[in-house]
Amino acid sequence: MFRQLLGRLGIFLLSLVAASFAIFVITQALPGDVAAVILGHGATPEQLAAKRAELGTDRPFLVQYLEWVTAMLGGDFGRSWFSHLPVTTLMAPRLGVTGSLVSGGLLLAVLIALPLGAVAALRRRQWPGLLTSATAQVGMAIPAFWAGIILVFVFGVLLRWLPPNGYVPLGRDPGRWASHLVLPVVTLGVIQAAVLVRYVRSAFLEVLAEDYYRTARSIGWTKWRALSRHGIRNASLSLVTVLGLQLASVIVGAIVIERVFVLPGLGSLLLDAVATNDLVVVRGITMVLVFAVLLINAAVDISYVLIDPRLRAREAS
Amino acid sequence: MKRAELWVGLALVTAVVAMALVSFVWTPFDATAVGSGPRLQSPGLPHVLGTDHMGIDIFSRILVGARSALYVGIIAVGIAALVGVPLGILAAWLPRWGAEAMMRATDVAYAFPALLLAILLAAVFGASTETAMVAIGIATIPAFIRVTRAGALSVLASDYVLAARAAGTPAPAIAVRHVLPNVAHLIGVQASVSFAMAILAEAALSYLGLGTPPTVPSWGRMLGDAQTYLFGHPTQALWPGLAIAAAVLGFNLVGDGLRDFLDPKLREVA
Repeated sequence: MFRQLLGRLGIFLLSLVAASFAIFVITQALPGDVAAVILGHGATPEQLAAKRAELGTDRPFLVQYLEWVTAMLGGDFGRSWFSHLPVTTLMAPRLGVTGSLVSGGLLLAVLIALPLGAVAALRRRQWPGLLTSATAQVGMAIPAFWAGIILVFVFGVLLRWLPPNGYVPLGRDPGRWASHLVLPVVTLGVIQAAVLVRYVRSAFLEVLAEDYYRTARSIGWTKWRALSRHGIRNASLSLVTVLGLQLASVIVGAIVIERVFVLPGLGSLLLDAVATNDLVVVRGITMVLVFAVLLINAAVDISYVLIDPRLRAREAS
Repeated sequence: MKRAELWVGLALVTAVVAMALVSFVWTPFDATAVGSGPRLQSPGLPHVLGTDHMGIDIFSRILVGARSALYVGIIAVGIAALVGVPLGILAAWLPRWGAEAMMRATDVAYAFPALLLAILLAAVFGASTETAMVAIGIATIPAFIRVTRAGALSVLASDYVLAARAAGTPAPAIAVRHVLPNVAHLIGVQASVSFAMAILAEAALSYLGLGTPPTVPSWGRMLGDAQTYLFGHPTQALWPGLAIAAAVLGFNLVGDGLRDFLDPKLREVA
């Protein structure tokens, strides 16, 4: 098992190198001279040369890449081309916003999708199952930002139950922090749940086709008992994998949701940086987001080995 | 039931395609002329869905918007299939370590969702429909690689491929004559589902102002504009969203329906 874990870790590190290289290549591919872009048309050749030296763009490509990676390992993501603040300083206050949104959304999605997916599988030929599947199908087709806009209108404008947008830090006022996060989390969670329901459903359907399930039923257990005793544990293996894969879309979904609800998270910072062509910030945030996705994927892989005795046994035999 | 799914999906897709085609020859009003009508009209006559903040007929913009959605979908899925399918067949053919390396690379690519890649490319090359299409297309390649490889693996293990090999048929000929036709249905299903995802991604990008430019009507951007006027004119935010949902639902249902129709063995699986 140790060897397997080490293997997964190696794959994670390799992925990280590959991903960071891809990000670096793309953000370095800017047609033309970055220094010229920053300084504008009126810059003298001396100013340009000085700027290039300052940015390090006058050195070989691989050297720049290695410097970038080494600096990041030391916690230095560079400085914004425009505000000249360290990227980490810009990101720090926003991590909590995006973190709350993503974790809240994912949690809500699971809480909705688990029971609904079970219903959709167990009652798949009756109206509760069909209705659940149909609702999930429609939910998958709804753009999250549209759902957000509708929720803003209903609960923020029409009923005035919740603030339509904005953010209050947890430390300043926990109540208002929560009230500002309700709509974004619900938007993200419900739309994500629609996607998740299908996976939960098929995970449970696989269990329903298993021998141990049939045995449990044949000794007189009810469907629900058989499923809750055997189903959830067995289905959880594929669910963990799916959750890991879904995380990428939750994180990306959060970028859009932050824009809908004007939340000051990483997504808004990323979009602002795109608008001002601040590639150092764009690169830094993309790297953080991709790192998070890869880390979770690796954790899922590793937990898979830890959870499933069959995978461990394969190694031993 | 499953057949009904396919029919509903086909009806929705046909409706969206029809909207796009009709918009080439006829729209009730000019879909791009700013100030051609009264601003922010509620639904009624002659503007059935009302007008937006620029005085443009919303129904006309919805019709033309179908073009943008389909355009991005076709190009993005086209890129993904043209690159992904050959790579998928290749991955099925490679020796074990080669295939392993390739599928690991595919996994890494999965960490770049379409939207993130599109934002990254928009930051470097500027936001445009082309950037969005290419980004969505590239991000969809891994899905095609996986599906094609899975299908190709079982085809390559079949007796008729063995026979073709024994007869000395060169590998490229086997790929084209035997593998491709037998994985075509899988690719078709994937294309339909990816089309739906491409429409969603384009809508989100346009909403963020990183996709279709303001001068070209697109459903996502219409929603972005509508949000600004949500307080006084909420119905504006309804139509483009419904259009997106209908198009995405249509392609998803066609994908699902096609999967069951073409291959009953796959029924009940995801």
